[in-house]
Amino acid sequence: MTAPIEVTGSDAEAQPEAVLAGIDRKAIQGRSLWQIAWLRLKRDKVALIGGGIVVFLILVAIFGPFLVQDPNVFHQNLNDPTFNRPKYGFWHSGISGDHWLGVEPSNGRDMLARIVHGARVSLLVAFCATLLSVVIGVVLGVVAGYFGGWVDTIISRAMDVFLAFPLLLFAIALVGVLADASVFGLSGNGLRIWVLMFVIGFFNWPYIGRIIRGQTLSLREREFVDAARSMGAGSFYILFRELLPNLVAPILVYSTLLIPTNILFEAALSFLGVGVIPPKPSWGGMLSQAVSTYSVAPMFMVIPGLAIFITVLAFNLFGDGLRDALDPRAK
Amino acid sequence: MSGDTTVSTSKTIQDAAKPAPEPAPEPRPQGEVMLEVDNLGKHFPVTAGLLRRQVGAVKAVDGVSFSVRKGETLGLVGESGCGKSTTGRMIMRLLDPSFGRITFEGRDITKLSRGQMRPLRRDLQMIFQDPYSSLNPRQTVGAIVGAPFRLQNIRTEHGVKRAVQDLLELVGLNPEHYNRYPHEFSGGQRQRIGIARTLALKPKLIVADEPVSALDVSVQAQVVNLMEDLQDELDLTYVVIAHDLSVVRHISDRVAVMYLGKIVEVADRAELYERPMHPYTNALLSAVPVPDPSLREGRERIRLQGDVPSPLDPPPACRFHTRCWKAQEICKTVEPPLVRLSPGHEVACHFPENATVSETDTVAKAAVAHGASPDEAPLADQD
Repeated sequence: MTAPIEVTGSDAEAQPEAVLAGIDRKAIQGRSLWQIAWLRLKRDKVALIGGGIVVFLILVAIFGPFLVQDPNVFHQNLNDPTFNRPKYGFWHSGISGDHWLGVEPSNGRDMLARIVHGARVSLLVAFCATLLSVVIGVVLGVVAGYFGGWVDTIISRAMDVFLAFPLLLFAIALVGVLADASVFGLSGNGLRIWVLMFVIGFFNWPYIGRIIRGQTLSLREREFVDAARSMGAGSFYILFRELLPNLVAPILVYSTLLIPTNILFEAALSFLGVGVIPPKPSWGGMLSQAVSTYSVAPMFMVIPGLAIFITVLAFNLFGDGLRDALDPRAK
Repeated sequence: MSGDTTVSTSKTIQDAAKPAPEPAPEPRPQGEVMLEVDNLGKHFPVTAGLLRRQVGAVKAVDGVSFSVRKGETLGLVGESGCGKSTTGRMIMRLLDPSFGRITFEGRDITKLSRGQMRPLRRDLQMIFQDPYSSLNPRQTVGAIVGAPFRLQNIRTEHGVKRAVQDLLELVGLNPEHYNRYPHEFSGGQRQRIGIARTLALKPKLIVADEPVSALDVSVQAQVVNLMEDLQDELDLTYVVIAHDLSVVRHISDRVAVMYLGKIVEVADRAELYERPMHPYTNALLSAVPVPDPSLREGRERIRLQGDVPSPLDPPPACRFHTRCWKAQEICKTVEPPLVRLSPGHEVACHFPENATVSETDTVAKAAVAHGASPDEAPLADQD
């Protein structure tokens, strides 16, 4: 019976590539899934615009404060004391050649400078909090999904507890307690930024933890895990060399989508007065100040609102595009 | 020529029309026993409630025994869910057996820890069923095939890259595809990559879990033939798990038939296909498609009634009695032992088919030895 089923196809199978290789040696170089994802992302204009804005915002947060004016210098000569608003500019915003985004009512501090300095605080808190969430969430999620059993039970119940936690109330209370304290030589805004990062990051990990746990559960059943084990691989090798590379895509996507949530949360806390406190500028704090003057100087509210809106939208668009590009089913 | 018909399921119509003569099965050296499986079982607990109280067990494998000699190929067949893959995974120690013993080259490996197993993994390797899930999509072919060297800390003469390229060539792939990713290959090519990885450590025994069932029929033959060529070249011993009787017939020296966690019949390949004794084996063989309509005419097709009973609550005594057309009272009360009826042919049935008078007698004696009343047993083979 061997005669009719000779292995002839195998050579033929390899042939087309061999021929191609003769024409173009580069044909042999494999395309990784990342390269394919990048090719797909390049075609997604909306995601590219989002990504461009994200990159721009990061550059602004890093270098912007060195380029703008001092955000704490008062320009009260631009102010109309009768109506408590800037005298000049569109909608009494104070927009002029010297102050591109105008000045704030009463004190007359430069809005562009305050927005740029606020971006640094917002992005710093959001990035660090996201990083903390992702590290805790990925480690616990992978461990829960891979080992299962009682380890999984404990971690999953812990996630439920964290998700049920009244985070906003806790943050308000914690900042209230620490308001005048000095911890590790930090006090005032220095301490508050650390507290914000910790509170936001430490209580958001279950969201990514659950996603990673689910992904690990399904990856664990794939045969390449058994294959690694049958070659003598230990749990550490399987977790970090076999499973983690397959989890990079969801980690990246959900991190990108978690950042805008954290930006909003930071703004909300600052708006409520438990975030960064004046005179250090923050977007939420500016919105909160604008509440009292919105009827006479609406631009004071619109500008920080737009800053938050554009930032969150850009991160979300980029995250969605990234997800589409990395999702193998999206082919 | 029923021999041709089976293999032609993995062949084109054109070739089926000119049946080639049955190849004389090369007499493989009857070497020493390499793998011995003794009363091996795996029960998966079924738990319920908050406290995970055990309410039952899925008896996936319930006491199987067989041995594999050096250089031979043992085929393990049976329908889905009969426990053949579980058996394979227990031999690989990917699953821990609930009871029983596995002896590899004279060494009991049943209770070895993961660390103790590691050096043995060089001699004991596995080919996986699904080439789409057995290769890590984020690793290049070079990393996948080279992983065994790294995991076992093996220094190769000309470096890992060269060794991997030699392996790729051995399984009929272009060695320059070293840097490619699995998704750039077809199913058959992927299975070859998996085989290359399996061969990296020069194993002595390979457990192949449905090595071709996920592949196109045209590619199945290539992979099966590759496995046979490699066996001759590298002196391999195979345990091939399959549900496709044609594949098993093509590749095996001996065949073990499983039903619901038990082995019902073990025989040499030719013996099993020509003189199947267990009713279940008969039913299985009669289900193999015959491509020649003129041969199909005179063939009796055995249709089993009902479904396979649940392994949660398997039937008592002979597990096949619920679907067997020869079942009698004794089948429900006395479990038929696996009895050696002729050299290399073991059957677990009270009423074997195609049996000689003396063989029927042997079965009856064995049944009595297992607790049947002498009145029941001698009734054997009346229909």
